Amino acid sequence: MTPLLEAVDLHRHYAVRTGRNPFSAKALLRAVDGVSFRIQPGRTLGLVGESGCGKSTTGKLALGLIPPSAGEIRCESEPMPAAGTAAWRTLRRRLQMVYQDPLGALDRRLPIGEQIAEPLVIHEQAKPAERRERALSVMEAVGLQRHLLTRYPHELSGGQRQRVVLARALITEPRLLVCDEPISALDVSIQAQVVNLLLDLQERLDIAYLFISHDLRVVRQVSHEVAVMYLGRIVERGEAENVLAEPAHPYTRALVSAIPTVGSKRERILLGGDPPSPANVPPGCSFHTRCPFATAQCRSEIPTLQPLADGRDVACHRVHETPLRLVA
Amino acid sequence: MRTPLVAIEGLTVDFGHGPQSSRAVDGITLEIAAGEALGVVGESGSGKSVTWLAALGLLPAKAQIRGSVRLDGRELIGAPQRHLEAVRGKRIAMIFQDPSSCLNPVHRIGWQLGEALRLHRGLDRRAADAEALRLLDQVGIADARRRLGDYPHQLSGGLNQRVMIAMALAGQPDLLIADEPTTALDATIQAQILDLLRSVRRDTGMAMVLISHDLGVVAENVDRVAVMYAGRLVEEAPGAALFSRPCHPYTQGLLAALPELAGGRRRLVAIPGTVPEPGSVPTGCRFAPRCPVADSGCATEAPPIQAFDRQHRSICHRRIDPGFSVWTLPKAAE
Amino acid sequence: MLLFATSRLLRAALTILFVMTFAFVVLRASGDPALLILSVDAPPDAIAAFRKAWGLDQPLWQQYLSYIGHALTGDFGKSMRDGRPAIDLVMERVPATLALTLPALALKIGIGIPAGIYAALHRNTFADRMTMALSVAGFTMPSFVLALLLVLIFSVTLGWLPASGNESPANAILPIITLGTAGAAIMARFTRSAMQEVLGQPFVRAASAKGLAWRRVISHHALPNAAIPTVTIVGFMVGSLVAGAVVVESVFAWPGIGRLLVSSVANRDLAVVQALLMVIAAWMVMANLAVDLAYGWLDPRVRSAVGATGH
Repeated sequence: MTPLLEAVDLHRHYAVRTGRNPFSAKALLRAVDGVSFRIQPGRTLGLVGESGCGKSTTGKLALGLIPPSAGEIRCESEPMPAAGTAAWRTLRRRLQMVYQDPLGALDRRLPIGEQIAEPLVIHEQAKPAERRERALSVMEAVGLQRHLLTRYPHELSGGQRQRVVLARALITEPRLLVCDEPISALDVSIQAQVVNLLLDLQERLDIAYLFISHDLRVVRQVSHEVAVMYLGRIVERGEAENVLAEPAHPYTRALVSAIPTVGSKRERILLGGDPPSPANVPPGCSFHTRCPFATAQCRSEIPTLQPLADGRDVACHRVHETPLRLVA
Repeated sequence: MRTPLVAIEGLTVDFGHGPQSSRAVDGITLEIAAGEALGVVGESGSGKSVTWLAALGLLPAKAQIRGSVRLDGRELIGAPQRHLEAVRGKRIAMIFQDPSSCLNPVHRIGWQLGEALRLHRGLDRRAADAEALRLLDQVGIADARRRLGDYPHQLSGGLNQRVMIAMALAGQPDLLIADEPTTALDATIQAQILDLLRSVRRDTGMAMVLISHDLGVVAENVDRVAVMYAGRLVEEAPGAALFSRPCHPYTQGLLAALPELAGGRRRLVAIPGTVPEPGSVPTGCRFAPRCPVADSGCATEAPPIQAFDRQHRSICHRRIDPGFSVWTLPKAAE
Repeated sequence: MLLFATSRLLRAALTILFVMTFAFVVLRASGDPALLILSVDAPPDAIAAFRKAWGLDQPLWQQYLSYIGHALTGDFGKSMRDGRPAIDLVMERVPATLALTLPALALKIGIGIPAGIYAALHRNTFADRMTMALSVAGFTMPSFVLALLLVLIFSVTLGWLPASGNESPANAILPIITLGTAGAAIMARFTRSAMQEVLGQPFVRAASAKGLAWRRVISHHALPNAAIPTVTIVGFMVGSLVAGAVVVESVFAWPGIGRLLVSSVANRDLAVVQALLMVIAAWMVMANLAVDLAYGWLDPRVRSAVGATGH
């Protein structure tokens, strides 16, 4: 099957100063450093990792909002046109973005009905009368009542605002939604509502999601596949069920074990220290500085993604030496 | 039962005056024994933080506080500032959600730690320096001597929270109130900080109130849990009982809405509706508009306390058998 | 810190060069000084002689280079009016202006900052509202209106103070009050909002939670942070010490920098105007530099700011 969206060896580097003064040497900040993935129509790829791992940058690259330093994005096998061109704008109707902070993403001076219909105006789709109808129909789809059409963002609750943002993204009938931490700002009881909504919409409209989140539990619920990122690289990628139930990469294992749970306790891997800066990525496997299993090879050679029997890919030198156990 | 370390009784907090006032906390009654770890769970607007800020007199002047908070039998509400200042940091210390903005950006870490040590322990400069080093070491900060000369912005969020914990330990308090201490931190750093709090409590025997919106965080770290909703306590029980046999529909809903890692991709049980805005809370049971088993009485009358055993109580009109989830009823499935 | 200071110093030098060039271009583009000073119907050879004497017959770029070259050695040429070195004319006016602006600055800081802090600490009380109402009145009133008002009250009606001139120290009182009022009002508003913003920061609550007395929370935690934005406005006021009294000097007939500027622009006295602009610009740049350095001193985050650029 042709993937809806394909990322091929994406890089995004920034030049940053290493010192305090404007004459100090520059270093390369590797925000995204060789990321590849495919998203099939109607499926969800969950992108997880901690802050600074490059997952949000990857989301922006996927939509062509920022150009990659190297690598490319293909949409249904066609290369992504340059941002700002007419071809890109046409494509953008079909690839939409949902941000974390719904209040920040909405204009507080406009009633939400106008904001939901706004993409139609930008893309010059539909006549004014039709726009209102389309706005009402997507509002219904995301569970917003009709009378909210003329309300302003501050009159809505956090969950309703997130629905407005979703409705606005859906009105151009996109094939792919990039959701960057779409529910992190919401209360626990509201998060479940939005997660269920995303699942329903996917089933009905056959939308694909690139679901970016730091919350593994939520990613588990919405994703068919997950990719785990650490310092700009994917360290493990595969079926969500396999990867999160039995993580193979030591970083994924640590992430899974760090999830506080109600009930039975699993393996515990407590990582020491903070992740290194992406401007100063350790040589070899970038995780070796915090990995309890690192060897000399890990410190010098960058591991590549290797397929495992269950179809997942893992970038770890010692992945075949399973099961690696922590020496207490 | 021993005399509680802290006893809160009928604590009520209103913001503003007259018709515009909104009630953030409504008649909370809670106790903490010395050395105990209590979890307080709730969503935004549940009053879980305001309760403790009110207890320590840290709310702005427009807050009107009624009821009683006693520390070792001595009243804190309405107590003179000097008495409260002697309690803060010394008897009851507090750490907050966003560690990096809770440290003063213009002062060095060592200065800020030293300030607390001089205040609570009367140490001179040299002794305070030595003790600051020891504290940073105790909270697991490597290279402590260098860190003393750093400013907060030079440290990561996780390190700053360790500094905040060190500062809280400076007064050798009997109770640490940890208000969402890991919410702003990454998963692996959250695990480190929770681990640190456990080990610090093991070393010092201090009691802890762990305030969190995350049931998982609370489940792993406390002995007893209090669940709050819209300014009221709805359920209180030992951790094991609360998580295995929750009785209040809200607690049951929160647990059911918690995604699990095991099992397949699935729909979650979602509590319908939203948390009431402060100022427009329903009369009667505040959860009634969202509750699948609410009847007409729930909406109008304040719910009674249902005791299930000595330590497990739920504030609800309906007596729900422990362990039976109201969210499995056909009516709850939308 | 040293590198931080060096980079700011370089920037200051560039700014001054820019101002010099700007002054040169604007003044040459705005009319021929020979015609203005000698009048349009002067004999042609007199005009030619004037031009030759002041170097105005040379190509523009040569004039520019010699102007810059001389300026670097502190020589701004001679006044086209009375032939004295322009820089001397300017420098002898500086003390008169400072005699107004320095006391006014003390007034701005001495009244504005305490009033702002007081208002922030007593937010929404009667005292706060009063202070802020006075402050709005203070900075919305144009300085010439206030000046005339003061003259009307204290000179004309009451006859307590002289209305113009510079014969005695009493002459300075009304101009100083005029200058100080608006500045103190701005200062108070600025300090209040800076202080209020800081009081809302989590570290203030955390400092209270630590057990510190409120007085110490204010003095050791809130004030040092509120000082950072306040320094900007103080720096701005220090920057206007030299040139900030043009209107007031004119109203009160005070022989300072401001009046010299007005008269030499009117007379097209190029050398004097250039010298004036240089002195004013150099002072402002120095004040800005002082603000930048003060920032670095007050705010550790500025000292170690890491610049990031796109790729």
